[in-house]
Amino acid sequence: MTDPADLTLGEAAAELRSGSLSARELLDAVTARAANTEAQLHAFLTLDRDGARTAAEAADTAIAAGEDLGPLMGIPIAVKDNMCTRGIETTAGSKILSGYEPPYDATVVSRLRDAGAVIVGKTNLDEFAMGSSTENSAYGPTHNPWDTDRVPGGSSGGSAASVAVGSSIAALGSDTGGSIRQPASLCGIVGAKPTYGLVSRYGLIAFASSLDQIGPFARNVGDTATLLEVVAGFDIRDATSFRGARPDIAGGLTAGVAGVRVGMVKELMGDAIAPPVRAAVQRTIDLLDDAGAEIVEISMPSFDYALSAYYLIAPAECSANLARFDGVRYGLRVDGETTETMMGRSRAAGFGPEVSRRILLGTYALSAGYYDAFYGQAQRVRTLVRRDFAAAYEQADVLVSPTAPSTAFPIGAKTADPLEMYYQDICTIPLNLAGDPGMSVPVALDDDGLPIGFQVMAPALGEKVMFQVGAEVERLVAFDSRPALATSEVTLP
Amino acid sequence: MTDEARVDWEAVIGIETHVELQTASKMFCGCPVSFGAPPNTTVCPVCLGLPGALPVPNEAAIEGILRIGAAFGCELVSYSEFHRKNYFYPDLPKNYQISQYDLPLCVNGSVEIETDESSSTIGITRVHMEEDTGKSLHVGEGGRIADADHSLLDFNRSGVPLVEIVSEPDIRSAAEARAYGSEIQRIVRSLGVSDARLEEGSMRFDANISVRRRGDEEFGTRTEVKNVNSLRSLQGAIAFEIERQVRVLEGGGSVVQETRHWNEATGVTASMRSKEESEDYRYFQEPDLVPLEVDDAWRERIVASLPELPSARRSRYRALGLDMINAGLLVDDAALGSLFDDAVAAGADPAATANRLTGEVVAYTRREGVGVSETALTADHLVELGTMVTEGDLSATAAKDVLAGVLAGEGMPRAVAEQRDLLQISDLGVIEAAVESVLAEHAEAVERMQGGDMKPVGFLVGQVMRATGGKADPKAVSELIRSRASSET
Repeated sequence: MTDPADLTLGEAAAELRSGSLSARELLDAVTARAANTEAQLHAFLTLDRDGARTAAEAADTAIAAGEDLGPLMGIPIAVKDNMCTRGIETTAGSKILSGYEPPYDATVVSRLRDAGAVIVGKTNLDEFAMGSSTENSAYGPTHNPWDTDRVPGGSSGGSAASVAVGSSIAALGSDTGGSIRQPASLCGIVGAKPTYGLVSRYGLIAFASSLDQIGPFARNVGDTATLLEVVAGFDIRDATSFRGARPDIAGGLTAGVAGVRVGMVKELMGDAIAPPVRAAVQRTIDLLDDAGAEIVEISMPSFDYALSAYYLIAPAECSANLARFDGVRYGLRVDGETTETMMGRSRAAGFGPEVSRRILLGTYALSAGYYDAFYGQAQRVRTLVRRDFAAAYEQADVLVSPTAPSTAFPIGAKTADPLEMYYQDICTIPLNLAGDPGMSVPVALDDDGLPIGFQVMAPALGEKVMFQVGAEVERLVAFDSRPALATSEVTLP
Repeated sequence: MTDEARVDWEAVIGIETHVELQTASKMFCGCPVSFGAPPNTTVCPVCLGLPGALPVPNEAAIEGILRIGAAFGCELVSYSEFHRKNYFYPDLPKNYQISQYDLPLCVNGSVEIETDESSSTIGITRVHMEEDTGKSLHVGEGGRIADADHSLLDFNRSGVPLVEIVSEPDIRSAAEARAYGSEIQRIVRSLGVSDARLEEGSMRFDANISVRRRGDEEFGTRTEVKNVNSLRSLQGAIAFEIERQVRVLEGGGSVVQETRHWNEATGVTASMRSKEESEDYRYFQEPDLVPLEVDDAWRERIVASLPELPSARRSRYRALGLDMINAGLLVDDAALGSLFDDAVAAGADPAATANRLTGEVVAYTRREGVGVSETALTADHLVELGTMVTEGDLSATAAKDVLAGVLAGEGMPRAVAEQRDLLQISDLGVIEAAVESVLAEHAEAVERMQGGDMKPVGFLVGQVMRATGGKADPKAVSELIRSRASSET
């Protein structure tokens, strides 16, 4: 019999309903998996054992009473630690929020609870979601379950690693410049960044408000869509939340790609992409072609400037968003003779080097005399990126590319050079600037046995066609590898 | 020497006025707007700036600012944005304030002001929306953050909708500045969007002041006096600054651009010694909010729903023959003004009614510590009282007594007059008899009158009034006495 921790969300939901598995048993399996893997992975910052047990028991009671709260009822879900959970420590991976227990649940967390989901814990991340390897966590890095000497990607590395290894069935992450898609790629699972505004940001500790978006991780495309369906939808508490009716998300999962116009982005298939990644992506495109898709090559000239623009806009917004962490009302406080010294010392002690770097960058970019040359110019590039996407979507229904330029790299390999780390996001960042949805689907392993992700991008609110193509990619490549750590029993010393 | 007396110098003053809107809830969250609640009780994750909380704009506040803008004849723009104004201060929970920068909601308006000497038009550059900060209480010497032993923070005020009204530098004297501040207060109150109480901080002023030689085109270096919380202080601080700057310049010095603090007790301004030489607020568009769009229908509805504004009311009262003081008093007290309007509409004489309202009625309400709407007085009372006086049923003196009775709830004026036995004697025969009897008693006075000396008339009238218990019409009595004096010559 399959270990319940290895069930997909859909399989687990079916077993819970059939009575062959209880939510408590499912939780126990997932908890056991965490116990066997956490020492090597460090995917979680907090495990909420009591809360999870209570939620699982409530789900079992509901199931016994014949209630159906939907597909997440009784399903163990991990939540990235930058989403507020009432009474459960929420640190955003930063020392400055060590011990901080929010007095309220983020909207996505409330929606998970209302749907009967079992929140197992809070996952590790790069501090304030700033990074591409989870090495910037103040609480130590998360390791890649395929090779624990390597990074899981970031910033949602904890969520991705947990889903990959089975210490949760699905998870929520956040994506500001690729923080869901790139770790999904590096961990061999599916991750989606929805259209900006589709999922409420209320309760998400902001990094860059105009770019941040919460999204789902799961082990297949359908499960990813299922989780998104539960958390998506208008929220009165988020003024940037999309007000219209929620778009169809999972309606095209079995529709295939016949006649779908698939645009291959030329700029994302160049020398910056590792040859095995490029080859795997090309093979996948060929499979789509064979399956009846119409393949078109698309040029996005503004992409050359997207990374630079992103590293001005995101730091600018973060410089204001992180100003509230000042030691006055909550979080870390280091005393000083004056209020100003206290604030300065608290921030200096509480923020790690990457966060400090971005705050400085952003403060500089917004300063009088520099605003136009930096922030203003970046906003103009952002407009150009949007125009490129709009033009591309006249020729194509979806765009495809690698998700990340390489497979998982060794821990420590890029920490010395921030710019090299920033290049991890070249394929994912343009989407955030445009506000459009994108997802990563695992398509192959490289020669080192590390997973390669395939990115599918769609126009705003085009989740249906995105999941449609993603599901077909999944079927065509039939990627069914799991990381070694998920399948081997590890005995803790 | 007052600033107006400076003939060779001209002051240039611009004023920023902050007004807290009394909406039911705060600008970006659902917490109630309340004054005087126990500290930190009307707060939530949003107005405390907790991690993850997001602002959602309050439509009632937007409505309020649009009404203010419309009252100044501003253009209510169709597209407007919120910006973040970044600075660190303990009572600013996010360490940025959501405000407006280059795309405010209302632009290009004006306000008419009058002082004893002049009347002028002051331009309104812009009216924009922002959120208020919390309050700091610095415990320890001096009450300033630098000297404090420790500080206490109250975030009840954090996130209260705050409107900033920015004037053009069109104000030329401290008296004009006061008139401007007071007119802004009247307008805001007339709109019902704020009580605009300076003493409670729901309205406060920052004044920018510079001086230049009369005839010069260029502005001098300005100083800013911040957080002035009374009209008297506004006038005092500006008068002091004008005087100080002129003295500095005439002494060959130059004015330092700085923020100064007005000390109410000593009546002087002093440099705040602000460490930041020039503050860079690093404004950028607030990414948590979407742009505000005001469509034609909304704009038209706002303009159509404006009440009669104070200046229009003042002009209307002046046109009815009221003097400036009475007109002003009726404009300032909305309840008094509306009682006046109702009485005049029902036929009461405007001048006499205004005199009664601003005289006896205001004296009564002040003495009793009540508002006019809390008294028994109605427009019907005022109409009947006026009619009784013009028809000779009541003397002016008796009318005052009757009004006091009406205010005390004794009933309609005629009933009060009867009850208090104050009706004038209308039977001419009775008055003639009284006159005859008084004249008979004072023969030598009559003789003096017959000799052309009319001085005793007043004395004789008094005697008749006494004899009639004050109920005779003194004018009629006087005429009778005079005619008797002349008829007997």
